[in-house]
Amino acid sequence: MSFDPISHVKSKTLVLSAANIDTDQIIPARFLTVTDRDGLGKLAFNDWRYNKDGSDTDHILNTEAAKACQILVAGHNFGCGSSREHAPWALTDYGFKAVISSEIADIFHGNALKNGLLPIVIEKSAHQWLLDHPGEEISIDLAACEVHLPKNGGTYPFKIDPFSRHCLMQGIDEMDYLDDQQDAIASYEAAL
Amino acid sequence: MAISLFDKIWDRHVVSKETEINPATLYIDLHLIHEVTSPQAFSVLEHRGLAVKNPAKTLATIDHSTPTIFDDDGKPLYVSAQAEKQVNTLLANTKAHGITVHGWDSPNRGIVHVMGPELGATRPGMTIVCGDSHTSTHGAFGALAFGIGTTQVGHVLATQCILMRKPKSMLIHVKGDVSPDVCAKDIILAIIADIGVGGGTGYVLEYKGACFDAMSMDERMTVCNMSIEAGARAGLIAPDQTTCNYLEGREYTPKGEAFESACADWLSLRSDAGCHYDAEVELKAEDIRPMVTYGTHPGMAMPIDALIPAPRDEAEENALAYMDVKAGTPMTGQKVDMVFIGSCTNSRLIDLRSAAKYFAGQKVASSVRAVIVAGSEVIKKQAEAEGLDKVFIQAGAEWREPGCSMCIGMNGDIGAPGQLIVSTSNRNFAGRQGPQVRTVLASPATAAASAISGVVTDPRTIDLGDAA
Ligand code: SF4
Repeated sequence: MSFDPISHVKSKTLVLSAANIDTDQIIPARFLTVTDRDGLGKLAFNDWRYNKDGSDTDHILNTEAAKACQILVAGHNFGCGSSREHAPWALTDYGFKAVISSEIADIFHGNALKNGLLPIVIEKSAHQWLLDHPGEEISIDLAACEVHLPKNGGTYPFKIDPFSRHCLMQGIDEMDYLDDQQDAIASYEAAL
Repeated sequence: MAISLFDKIWDRHVVSKETEINPATLYIDLHLIHEVTSPQAFSVLEHRGLAVKNPAKTLATIDHSTPTIFDDDGKPLYVSAQAEKQVNTLLANTKAHGITVHGWDSPNRGIVHVMGPELGATRPGMTIVCGDSHTSTHGAFGALAFGIGTTQVGHVLATQCILMRKPKSMLIHVKGDVSPDVCAKDIILAIIADIGVGGGTGYVLEYKGACFDAMSMDERMTVCNMSIEAGARAGLIAPDQTTCNYLEGREYTPKGEAFESACADWLSLRSDAGCHYDAEVELKAEDIRPMVTYGTHPGMAMPIDALIPAPRDEAEENALAYMDVKAGTPMTGQKVDMVFIGSCTNSRLIDLRSAAKYFAGQKVASSVRAVIVAGSEVIKKQAEAEGLDKVFIQAGAEWREPGCSMCIGMNGDIGAPGQLIVSTSNRNFAGRQGPQVRTVLASPATAAASAISGVVTDPRTIDLGDAA
């Protein structure tokens, strides 16, 4: 799917410090009966955000300040669990453009990259700084692969797959890239 | 050169090699699809005017949003119009693109990871993907099988390929013999507790050891199924004669001479002695005991006769609070509200047989609702032919139509807030089986024993008499 090219994200952070936040927390399974992908932001972290009667809880995600945050800082091993792409769809629709953790689960990581959500794994000390300083404005430079923390928090490198980075920065769809390989695929199939 | 099973399969499927800049283009032999993660992929195809490249390499079923109860006219009782629409969307999409689908009318309909092996569509050496993380199940056959997101479902539909960097490899070596009262579920829970829920991130696991060699295919599937719960992309067990015997005569399995040569090829896939792994982990089989979870992820698991360990961080503290359990106390004796026996982890015939031993001639505790859901129509029939359904029903358990059911609760099969469910499924995440529901993962034996006694029960404490 298409999304706007990304090179920088600068925003205050929203911190959800729990470790192992799984995709059932990001969007509970009972909402997966949808057949399209729009408007899932209101269901992001549904069971944390709404009471049984549908009213808002006092969870930080319901605050106006949170809704203005484009960067989610999460505890270790974010996004574990199912392969549902509804998880990054819900997060981007909520307004996030990046998620930072000390570890991000594989399938979620791949799904995020395909939907214009930067999955950033950063070293433990910087991660801890971010957990300890919620709401600070930080910036992510995708070209340089660096996260800049304010107040002399420092600059930290992150690794991102160069191909995914290229696609994100140019807004390229991987389907086009695969489509260009039809000849190679055809000769592979011919040899089967 | 000594080559691992994983490397052998990977090398056979590279269409274009990975470079520093580009990921590899990997050819996919079998694409399994279901109603939940495919509709948006078909929309993308339609939007771009693309066709499905290889309908014959795509196989569909309905399992997640499907009800497990029918009304008096035999019509499925959907939880919502949206769930019904999702199922019908898959049926329409597969029809429009010429893809074989096992819908309501098929005798082979089942949970996607149960159905593929049953049909012989899953075979050693293949690459298999599905928009579902438990695709790792098929690794039991020595197939490289892993979950993908919906965008990639679209890629595979259109090109039969995915873009992927090669994961690292990890050998999980369980040394020695396991005690006979330990089952496959206990072994994989012990492995996940050992390496942690993120311990396998970035890796494809290969399981090695006498306990895996001795397992039936049903049991190997239970093990590989939960590889993802350690964060691993896939899990593998080397194909052997057990694998060949299981596959012989199944619908998609080659026949006659072709079968003989296929078997020879499958057996050659085994990892060569001395091959390289990026990481190796060793567990002692004799240390493994029946397991239960006590927290909100599958890594928070312990031997059923142990005491809940002290929380190591805030997340674990919160998990114990959610589960309403205390460190230093046992899980056994905890009051149980529901028992679920099913899911792609433990809904095959041997699982139902193992559970039935505990139900035979007994009654489910009056405070417990027990729900038993076969993984497929085929298993349901086999179980009924053996009279297992009668054993369950006479004991007061519910015998439902096949599907994912309470494993994910998408079809409305969920518990009530605060309830404790002993479940043979694979995820005990908060809310997975319904808001505020507390899930305890365990083997079919432990689940069944708990259903009868009404509290979490170590199956070894039940005297099965002659049935054992
Ligand atoms: S049974 Fe559970 S884990 Fe398996 S495919 Fe269905 S929802 Fe997923």
